[in-house]
Amino acid sequence: MTAKQAPIIRICSVSKRYGDFRALDDVDLEVRRGEFFSLLGPSGCGKTSLLSCIAGLVEPSAGRIFIDEQDMTGVPANLRPSNMVFQNYAIFPHLNVFDNVGFGLRAKRLNKQEHGKRVRDTLAMVGLEGFGRRRPQELSGGQKQRVALARALVLRPKVLLLDEPLSALDKKLREQMQLELRRLQMQVGITFILVTHDQEEALTMSDRIAVMFEGRIAQLATPQEVYDRPVNLRVADFIGGMNFISAQLLDSTEDNLRLAIPAFGEVLLPRPENLPIAGRDITLGMRPEHMSLLLEANLPAERRVSAQVVNVAYYGDMTYYYMGVEGLPEPLVVTMRNTAGRPILRAGEGVDIGWSPSALRPLA
Amino acid sequence: MGRKSLALYALAYILFLYLPVLLIPLFSFNDSAVVSFPIKSLTLQWYRNLLQETVLHDALGNSLKVGIVSALASTLLGMLAARALAGYRFPGRGAIASLIMLPLVLPEIIIGISLLIVLQQLGLSLSLFTVMLGHVLLCLPFAIIVLRSSFAGLDKNLEHAAQDLGETPLWVFLRVTLPLIFPGVLASLLITFTISFDEFLVAFFLAGTEPTLPVYIWSQLRFIARLPNILALGSLILLFSFLLLWMADLLRRHAEKRMQVTNQ
Repeated sequence: MTAKQAPIIRICSVSKRYGDFRALDDVDLEVRRGEFFSLLGPSGCGKTSLLSCIAGLVEPSAGRIFIDEQDMTGVPANLRPSNMVFQNYAIFPHLNVFDNVGFGLRAKRLNKQEHGKRVRDTLAMVGLEGFGRRRPQELSGGQKQRVALARALVLRPKVLLLDEPLSALDKKLREQMQLELRRLQMQVGITFILVTHDQEEALTMSDRIAVMFEGRIAQLATPQEVYDRPVNLRVADFIGGMNFISAQLLDSTEDNLRLAIPAFGEVLLPRPENLPIAGRDITLGMRPEHMSLLLEANLPAERRVSAQVVNVAYYGDMTYYYMGVEGLPEPLVVTMRNTAGRPILRAGEGVDIGWSPSALRPLA
Repeated sequence: MGRKSLALYALAYILFLYLPVLLIPLFSFNDSAVVSFPIKSLTLQWYRNLLQETVLHDALGNSLKVGIVSALASTLLGMLAARALAGYRFPGRGAIASLIMLPLVLPEIIIGISLLIVLQQLGLSLSLFTVMLGHVLLCLPFAIIVLRSSFAGLDKNLEHAAQDLGETPLWVFLRVTLPLIFPGVLASLLITFTISFDEFLVAFFLAGTEPTLPVYIWSQLRFIARLPNILALGSLILLFSFLLLWMADLLRRHAEKRMQVTNQ
């Protein structure tokens, strides 16, 4: 194994218990050098606990954490080669921007010139040139965010840990900062580990995502893999919109499943790995954008099923249709891109849904 | 109730609070040794007399020494306790919190007598040091009240951030915690100093041969001719205490404002 391929972070059987509550339950994880890695999950899933364990702010109850092949057990936060951007930024209110960013350099014992140069260079990198004398109270949310980033990056850590860094920003600024974080990460080449509950954020920014529930990692994969091939119902439900359809198992081989779906008919699907099959009931997932309403005669469709519009939600670029299909207990959500000239249907209108078996994914 | 009667009530309230206290400065300028109306003419004689009283000067010196040491000690101890109570959960936390606050409601005469007994059992002779011990005990609850609110307003993530940025716990305290709670520390110093400076009962029991200012005043009250001097002295103490507490309150407000900025 060459140094380049060795993981920057290795987490081995890490557990963290608070009384009876298991915040982390025997987690194993490797983070690759230089990647943008996200820990994604609902609140209380253990993602922040894991980040705090890596930072050294929390000591695991069991297991070991290696950063760059160094065992971090018993190493306090101040001696670890990682730095953190806190959720509320934790900007020191009694120091100006320059002193906030230079805070961690005291221990490096640079001379005054080097110190100043390094702080100014880092401020320029995050787009805050000339902000050194500002008080934290004079900064906007986005600017505080940049100060927090600069304060961590100025130390050139091996790993940058980000705890929900964008959750306090409004939507526009958040989207802008997503792009900027990604650009910054590529520029500095430091491994970023992002904790977020926002699936869109994780999908947009990450090289790989670990989806966590109840202190365990449910799926570890690229954004596309997690979105297209969720390993189970919970992951599928947590990430993106998903229609769940119950089906009956008719027949199964090692490679294939033959299923009967109410209203949709019979389909033959490839059998996903690790699919637990107990009995004949199978739940299938289908993304809303993988179906279409056959509004125009020329829209392609492998198969079709007749349906009626129950509800319409118009989003400008997209329209969400809630479609009643006979034989299905719940309406199906189908999203359509609003191209010029395409009509928007109203509730009560009947239209066929075009679908293809390849869009169906057995989940449980 | 009408507006008028409410206004009258408020006026009576203020008079009740301040009239007795205001009589002291008033009579301290009275050109007669007898404290009674009407005041015939005004004088600064009693204030001039104070300059000649060397026993008074010693007592003032004693009070300053006791006040400063008690303020420093109780604020330091209060800081440690407030930090623990505000920042950590541990077994017995609630009980400890109430036990520390108890001297607030204990009668001072009981504290004074029990301290006297304990000190004599220990074989310690009475001195300014024993007064300091007693005053630290009295001041501690006040220091903790003031400092707890400072620590409660402190965002723990700021300390975590400082540690994450490479600082040892001591330096985290010096570079982040202390500057942020500093207004609270100053307020605590001023309040505890004022309490110690004005305290009579415990000092009376524990002072031995070195009286503090309140003990000196009490001893002077036996001589009726000295009363005007005491009124002058009382007025000065009043002014000084008021200034200190006003400063402490200003600092407390300043601290609150600063914390709001931190937490947004």
